[in-house]
Amino acid sequence: MIVAAVLVLVAVGSVAFHFLSPWWWTPIASNWGYIDDTLIVTFWITGIVFTAIILFMAWCVWTYRARPGHRASFEPENRRLELWLTGATTLGVAALLAPGLIVWNQFITVPAEATEVEVVGRQWLWNYRLPGPDGVLGRVDVRLVGPENPLGVDPNDPAGADDIVVENDDLHLPIGKPVRVRLRAIDVLHNFYVPEFRAKMDMVPGMVTYFWFTPTRTGQFTAVCAELCGLGHAVMRGGVVIVEEEEYRAWLAAQAGGTRRVAAAR
Amino acid sequence: MTTASSPLNGFPDRVPPAEVEDVELYHAKSWITRWVFSQDAKIIGIQYATTATAIGLVALVLSWLMRLQLGFPGTFDFITPAEYYQFITMHGMIMVVYLLTALFLGGFGNYLIPLMVGARDMVFPYMNMLSYWIYLLAVLVLVASFFAPGGPTGAGWTLYPPQAILSGTPGGTGSGIILMLVSLILFIIGFTMGGLNYVITVLQARARGMTLMRMPLTVWGIFTATVMALLAFPALFVSAVMMLFDMLLGTSFFMPALVEMGELAKHEGGSPLLFQHLFWFFGHPEVYIVALPAFGIVSDLISVHARRNIFGYRMMVWAIVIIGALSFIVWAHHMYVSGMNPWFGFFFATTTLIIAVPTAIKVYNWLLTLWRGDIHLTVPMLFALAFIVTFVNGGLTGLFLGNVVVDVPLSDTMFVVAHFHMVMGVAPIFVIFGAIYHWYPKITGRMLNEAMGQIHFWVSFLGAYLIFFPMHYLGLIGVPRRYHELGPTSFIPESAATLNAFITIVALIVGAAQMLFLFNLAWSIRHGRPSGPNPWRAASLEWQTPETPPGHGNWGDTLPVVHRWAYDYNVPGAAEDFIPQTVPPSDTAATGEHR
Repeated sequence: MIVAAVLVLVAVGSVAFHFLSPWWWTPIASNWGYIDDTLIVTFWITGIVFTAIILFMAWCVWTYRARPGHRASFEPENRRLELWLTGATTLGVAALLAPGLIVWNQFITVPAEATEVEVVGRQWLWNYRLPGPDGVLGRVDVRLVGPENPLGVDPNDPAGADDIVVENDDLHLPIGKPVRVRLRAIDVLHNFYVPEFRAKMDMVPGMVTYFWFTPTRTGQFTAVCAELCGLGHAVMRGGVVIVEEEEYRAWLAAQAGGTRRVAAAR
Repeated sequence: MTTASSPLNGFPDRVPPAEVEDVELYHAKSWITRWVFSQDAKIIGIQYATTATAIGLVALVLSWLMRLQLGFPGTFDFITPAEYYQFITMHGMIMVVYLLTALFLGGFGNYLIPLMVGARDMVFPYMNMLSYWIYLLAVLVLVASFFAPGGPTGAGWTLYPPQAILSGTPGGTGSGIILMLVSLILFIIGFTMGGLNYVITVLQARARGMTLMRMPLTVWGIFTATVMALLAFPALFVSAVMMLFDMLLGTSFFMPALVEMGELAKHEGGSPLLFQHLFWFFGHPEVYIVALPAFGIVSDLISVHARRNIFGYRMMVWAIVIIGALSFIVWAHHMYVSGMNPWFGFFFATTTLIIAVPTAIKVYNWLLTLWRGDIHLTVPMLFALAFIVTFVNGGLTGLFLGNVVVDVPLSDTMFVVAHFHMVMGVAPIFVIFGAIYHWYPKITGRMLNEAMGQIHFWVSFLGAYLIFFPMHYLGLIGVPRRYHELGPTSFIPESAATLNAFITIVALIVGAAQMLFLFNLAWSIRHGRPSGPNPWRAASLEWQTPETPPGHGNWGDTLPVVHRWAYDYNVPGAAEDFIPQTVPPSDTAATGEHR
């Protein structure tokens, strides 16, 4: 009796916790509502399956409890039941996978009009690089990294001469414009993660990775590191500020110091 | 002897002649060779289990320390960030490799395989003995790293380079990481010796009549997991060797050109992703190396204590085999946001979700074994039920993380920590507990104390669920894993700290309940109720030994002959509610219809 009751309590309690607890995702600030939708579909399907299984188990524990005169039935297998359950499960899994793969395809397909910004992780802070008027980020090489050239921009690449390096400020981005975030690390793995944007990707030394998103809400957002990167992992904070277009241009114009820095390193 | 055909496997009741002569065992001549350097699989199994439990206690204490830090950050001055990372790293590695793998395969595998298939011992007893001693050496090397200058490695149990061997990571440039890698290499060498034994014993040393499709699912689970481990551990072996070379010889297998603390390091051209692929080629099968023995054992616990045949035995066997095979082509679902080619996501998400189907079949068949059963709520059965709850919960959250795009916001958050603890921490450990309560009478001849068992069960089950269920929601907020403190972070509400404190308090209580369990284990050896040879009235072979605990050579003068599967419970027409595997068909009225 107690066991069956506790099992019911586990099922009902879990569902109640899901709906009543104050802990839920952050309000979204990007175009990745599709990811949230897929997550909600997954919650529903798995939640129903979980509740059904635990309640069925509780029912069995109560109904088929050992008592005098009661015997179990001998039934090695039941082909039809097993096939039916396999089929239903396959359908449920397909119902989860199909939307997931469709949204994944969107996630990895960067729109042609996306502008590019670079985020560079290092122990234990974030730097950013924006293309100058030419709209192109110059070549980089980690072997060129030094006090005067924190991101290793190649001074011999003209495309890099106007690049804007942001060292001591939050990254600013204009609202409503898709942006391809080019990710690099110069020492160990990092991961640039702003929960409100939903997107994240590891930064790997020796490689360039990316994700893309469109900011949909202005405001100040905290970026954290989501890949263990050593002692300072938990304090490696950054900021992203989403602003209107004019404000963004004003901020960009004020970042001239970075340009000079790259030119000086040449 | 009749040859009544079986409705289960289409074979006649076949008891082939003995093809292999009964072996002459090594007989110990002294106390040392009998109890210490023993070649008896039962002793080796107990040695494995004791060592694994001892090092598991270290992991338990580490988990307390890290929970204290997370629940009450800033309160405990003696826990620095460096130590916190060392705690999580050692906790993870100990639990996955040195406890779970060693206990399931080295502990239960050694004790149960020969008894359950009707062999006198493992086929290579000397190598089996070496296996344990090399495992013990691996554990000692691991423990030594706690006392090494700079302490053990704090690279996370995944040991991802480049950080694992750089100065920004605790133990990264000292002996911490070296001892970790050497210990893993030793563990794999030792395991390989034992693993070959388990596989060959199952294939070559089964009793007459013990066809593969009559083996208990426990043996199927351990057997398949061992085959997988023999295929998967070499990937970890080579990555450990290559990382040692990168560190000690200056090679660059995993090390690209990079800046270390402002200086250009002396590496060039290596690939951090290569390590991740190798690691998870081992690491994902590893999940099932732990899970499959648990699947097998829990099937037998449920069947015995529900007094009902396991439902869908053949499906259960095939599900174990298929899960084992599929688990080798899903590894990169641990790497969706690693920066690997994003097109891999389509393939690995598909294979990962396909594996949910055979896994679900197993869950259904456990439930359908309870259905129409005669359920005795013994402590082993309670732990089996708790396993189903936690495994279903953790398995379903796997559908979030396996579905590539849903994984993007959740990966590297506390959701992942909650998921894998539920599915491959709590669930298999509940099976271990259930199995110990179940087989302890066979090992010692005495029952474990029931009252202590009940307390241990309720605190562990409800506590573990209260720890890990709410933890998923911390991850949903976006709280990253492997943070020694959350600090002031705009998106993390104050209430998250309250939840963390709650989880810590529950974790301390659950940990304390394990002390009661250990006390029970020790106390019952002398004071437990004598169990007799078969207290659960179980049908499988290990309960039919002439002596309890089984003597040297297991079976007395003659090896057993097997006439049926291990699940003849409540067979219609039979006088008893179980028919042991050794009972010939002619000895029971029920034979004509049901084997």
